[in-house]
Amino acid sequence: MKFQKKHFERRHIVELVIKTIMRLALFIVAGTLGLILWTIISRGLPSLSWEMVSQVPKGGYYMGKDGGILNAIIGSAYLATGGTLLAMILSVPIALYLKAYLGKSRWGDYVRLSLDVLWGIPSIVYGAFGFALMVLLGMRASLLAGIIVLALVELPIMTRAMDEVIRRMPSDLEHAALALGSTKFEVAINIITRQMLPGIITAILLAFGRGIGDAASVLFTAGYTDRIPTSLMNPTASLPLAVFFQLGSPYPEVRERGYAAALILTIAVLLVSFGSRWLAARLNRYTIK
Amino acid sequence: MSDIQLNNTLKTEGRLSRPSTPSRARTDRAAQRTFFIITLVPVALILIVAVALVVRAYPILNSYNLSDLLLGETWRPNNGEFGFRPFILGTLWVTTVGVLLAVPPCLLVSVYLAEYAHNRTRTIAKPILDVLAAIPPVVYGVWGLLSIVPFVDDVLAPLSERWFGSVSIFSVTQPTGFGILAGGIVLAVMISPLIISVIFEVLSTVPNDLRHASLAVGATKWQTIRTVVLPQVLPGIVAAIVLGASRALGETIAVLMVVGNVPNIPTSVFDTAYPLPALIANNYGEMMSIPLYDAALLGAALVLLVVILIFNILSTLVLQRFLRRS
Repeated sequence: MKFQKKHFERRHIVELVIKTIMRLALFIVAGTLGLILWTIISRGLPSLSWEMVSQVPKGGYYMGKDGGILNAIIGSAYLATGGTLLAMILSVPIALYLKAYLGKSRWGDYVRLSLDVLWGIPSIVYGAFGFALMVLLGMRASLLAGIIVLALVELPIMTRAMDEVIRRMPSDLEHAALALGSTKFEVAINIITRQMLPGIITAILLAFGRGIGDAASVLFTAGYTDRIPTSLMNPTASLPLAVFFQLGSPYPEVRERGYAAALILTIAVLLVSFGSRWLAARLNRYTIK
Repeated sequence: MSDIQLNNTLKTEGRLSRPSTPSRARTDRAAQRTFFIITLVPVALILIVAVALVVRAYPILNSYNLSDLLLGETWRPNNGEFGFRPFILGTLWVTTVGVLLAVPPCLLVSVYLAEYAHNRTRTIAKPILDVLAAIPPVVYGVWGLLSIVPFVDDVLAPLSERWFGSVSIFSVTQPTGFGILAGGIVLAVMISPLIISVIFEVLSTVPNDLRHASLAVGATKWQTIRTVVLPQVLPGIVAAIVLGASRALGETIAVLMVVGNVPNIPTSVFDTAYPLPALIANNYGEMMSIPLYDAALLGAALVLLVVILIFNILSTLVLQRFLRRS
């Protein structure tokens, strides 16, 4: 009896210790996020100015003279918007096909597997692939090439995120529509897209956020220039590369502005992330629970 | 729904009639074919990327022995020497350190969130993980440069010198703070959200009956987790970690900014390294006049792609089996 009692106490102490360690681990993870944000804000804020976000680099900008990174901000907006639109053209049909036509079939699993594998391919490999293709076609670094490679990077992210939410849609709605005589295509267009609109928009914005921040894929394909692109064939600057290149500068003022650019990029990405959450919550009102 | 169709028909045809059943069936079949073809794109894309890299890397694979390329120690493109060994080892070191640092906290956090935490804690933790996952690699690089490199230099290196000075993999070999450890720490933070969310999902596939049965015979929660829950999902957890590792293998910009980029053979976590993605990012797109250089860099991309594909396919197959059960 005595032995049993002791045993009883020990495992409860273990329970308590483990639980404390787990809480600690959660605090470490949350704290790391805090540290990252604090570092970026505290180092980026001092050199952040209206000039940074409203002007293109002027002569001698990269030696610490006047100007801003409007070229990179606009460039990134173009790149990510174009890439997202292009990826959407493919990913919406794929996600609908997976739900309405394939369901839980084996072929559906293969498609999901291939999307997961695509998701795992690093963006530097997409970038190298894109550049090799451009050399083959005689293309030069341009907005268009950047958009195409970004679309490749975003496609699996967007499709898998859409698939995850669409898959969770209760089949009752689908069955009800089918029982009334709708074709599968009508189910896909009229039922799934309406019911799952919040999830679809979240997936699109998730991919958009990833597209803004990706540097390795546009490094060789989109080029870098001080001008705002006026055509798809122009090369274009992008925010992540603006951060990357300015940090490599020997001039401290330029490096400081690199930190500010990192802050701008972080704010943009967080706005997209929280914006999508807010939008999804709003749109959720119009779906059948 | 019929109203919607009616409206659509009115708009397109201008007369009040429903589309006939045969025409709806035709539309359905056409849509099915179109969707099917679009669905082939991701499957085909993997093959196209792989084939393109093989074709473009072929010149170097043709003129050198594969083992000479992979195991060769010197990288002098000007002299026609292309040894990938320092880069492959650099990649392995940085990835291993990153994964080793990430796994313990990730396991603890995901088990806590899945088994212990209140719903309120989960709703707070989810956005934190989402934001960690959303932060772009280059921002991680800036953070690494501003916080982690000085931290390694000022805190970890002296600590290691005092306590582990005699252990060779912890010996401080150069005084900058840039290196494998800094890269590993940054990587660990970057892959954590993925590992945590995948393990969390795997844990939630364990049926509650099992937990209840164990708790009912008097086990504590931790005993239940250790003896009932974790053994059930062990392959899934390993798969989640492998998935994280494959993400770490390909991470480019963030690692490139803190790892030092010196092509040496690392022997200590304080050494600098030069991982494959950094090699590609730093050199590709320029110096194309050197013969075979371009093929060698695409060969590096190919090596990276093959390793990542193997890791990814294995872990995804295991995870698919788990997650389908739910």
